[in-house]
Order: sequence, then C-alpha cells, then structure tokens
Amino acid sequence: MSAKEYIPTYVGTITKYVFIDSPNVTPQTLAIRAYEISEGLMIKETCFGLQVTGDPETVKNLITELRTVDPAHIFVKDRGFPPGDPRRCRANLGGARPGYYGHEFESGLFRYISHGLMELEKNAAPTVTPLGKKRLDEGKLPLNKLIEIINNEEAQ
Amino acid sequence: MAKVFIFPATSLILSDMVERWGHEALGAATGIRERIQTPSLDSPPLQMTPEDPKKGLKYAAVEVPCGVRGRMALYGPLIEEADAAIIINDADLSFGCMGCARTNELVLYMIRQQKGLPILDITYPKTDDEGVAFVTQIKEFLTGLEGDKNE
Repeated sequence: MSAKEYIPTYVGTITKYVFIDSPNVTPQTLAIRAYEISEGLMIKETCFGLQVTGDPETVKNLITELRTVDPAHIFVKDRGFPPGDPRRCRANLGGARPGYYGHEFESGLFRYISHGLMELEKNAAPTVTPLGKKRLDEGKLPLNKLIEIINNEEAQ
Repeated sequence: MAKVFIFPATSLILSDMVERWGHEALGAATGIRERIQTPSLDSPPLQMTPEDPKKGLKYAAVEVPCGVRGRMALYGPLIEEADAAIIINDADLSFGCMGCARTNELVLYMIRQQKGLPILDITYPKTDDEGVAFVTQIKEFLTGLEGDKNE
C-alpha cells in the first residue's frame, strides 16, 4: 500500500456552526449581519444558519456579536472540518452530510431549549423538577409482567 | 473557564450550552480538528491513522476491536483532559454501528471512573417545562464549576 502525504488546509483556524431557529430572524438576515462584522472570516450561508471559519479569537468575537441578535434562538456548535471539505461535503458524497441526522434530531428540541432560556431570562432561579439519569428499566418489560406472561402461557 | 466533556460528543445543544456560559466544550469536533489540521499520511475521511488503535490500547484491551480502540484514541485524551462532564442519558442518536455503541459504553464507564470529576446526568427535554429544567440544571452545574475554580 503506497502512503500519500497529507497536507492540511486551514491550519490554526476553527469552524463553528450557527443555527438559527427564530420566528423573527431568518438565516439570510443573520448572514448579512455576519458579513457586516466578519473581519475577513470565511462565512458560508446555509439553510439553517451559517458556518464561520477563521482565527479562533475573531470567530469568538463574531459569535458573541451574533448571539445578541436573538440570544434564545441562536445555537452554536463546534465543527472539526472546514466548510466544503470534500471528505464531508454532500456535493462530493451525495445524500445528507454525515452528522446531519444528529443536527436534525436536536433541531427538533430547540423550541424547548429556547423556552427554557427565555424563562431563565425572566426568572434567574426557577423551581424545576430535575431531569436525572434514565432508569435502568425504563422502556423495558417489567419483571412481574414477564412472569405473568410466562404463567399465562404455561396455563394454556 | 473549565473544559467540559459532552456526551453525546457530537451534541449540538450541549456544545451550545457549555459555550453559552463561558466554558469550553470537549467533543468529537475538538479531536477531529486536531487530526485534520496535523500533517501526516493521508488517511481519509477522519485522518485516523493505524497509529490510533495503538494509542487506544491505553483505554481498551488488545482483544477489543480496533474500531473501538480507534474511537477511544479520539475520546480518551479528551476525557482525561476534562474538568467536568455532562451526560445526556437518553441520546439514542449516538447509537451507530456496534463500534460506536460499544465505544459509548466505554466512554460512559470511563467518565464515571474519573475520580473527582463533576458529572451532570440529564435527559433530553420533551416538554416546555422540561426545557426549563434542562437549561436551569446545566446553568447551575456550569456556574458551580466556576465556584470550584475560584476557591
């Protein structure tokens, strides 16, 4: 097997996804705002928001500024690959980008998180019922029910 | 600023929550970025080289499949580096092939074995009220980490 040399690109940069799920702000509006304050960062507009690539400190400043547009409805995630990377971009692979399904699932929960963030803004310490560990038997067939089924089968 | 390991390591919501309150999220992106920005031999798509399953021997025995050891080479150092961890317990999305499923079990085991590592166990919200609980619990946990650091 011949080994090929790998020369990385965008070394020293970071990439962040910016998801927007707001009734008032569209991804396009957010992209325009990002371009206004981009300071030479690479910005890619997407259907869900943006991808921002560049020097870590500048990206951080841009994200902080973008969050002020709609704090409860903007979500930011770190990304390993730069935008358009042929190893990940669906233009080269076909079908949905790997990782898309995770985003799709969690995007469905944004409304609860946004509600939580807005409530937290109104009341800094709300009384809540803590969400804990998933019980070991959650969603499983209870033991006594299994015994009952076995007994019924044996009786027949 | 504390380094917080997130599980699932690709979670968008956890990554956002941790950074929103001024901490650093340690997830899959952190490890992948390190690999794809380091010159080495070409090993697409994730630049996981044959060296990685060897590094994974630190976390899993030699008879464990190399898929698990390779994944552990990615997550193991992040867990060791972490000052805290947030675990979503009903994250079915992280279930992939058997390699992913077994790695998830090992990752959770390893997190719980780290002595003195603060852990927040949580589940995904399914209602608005649970959304409030989810956000409040994470905020309290992360604020507590700042307190520990200042002491």
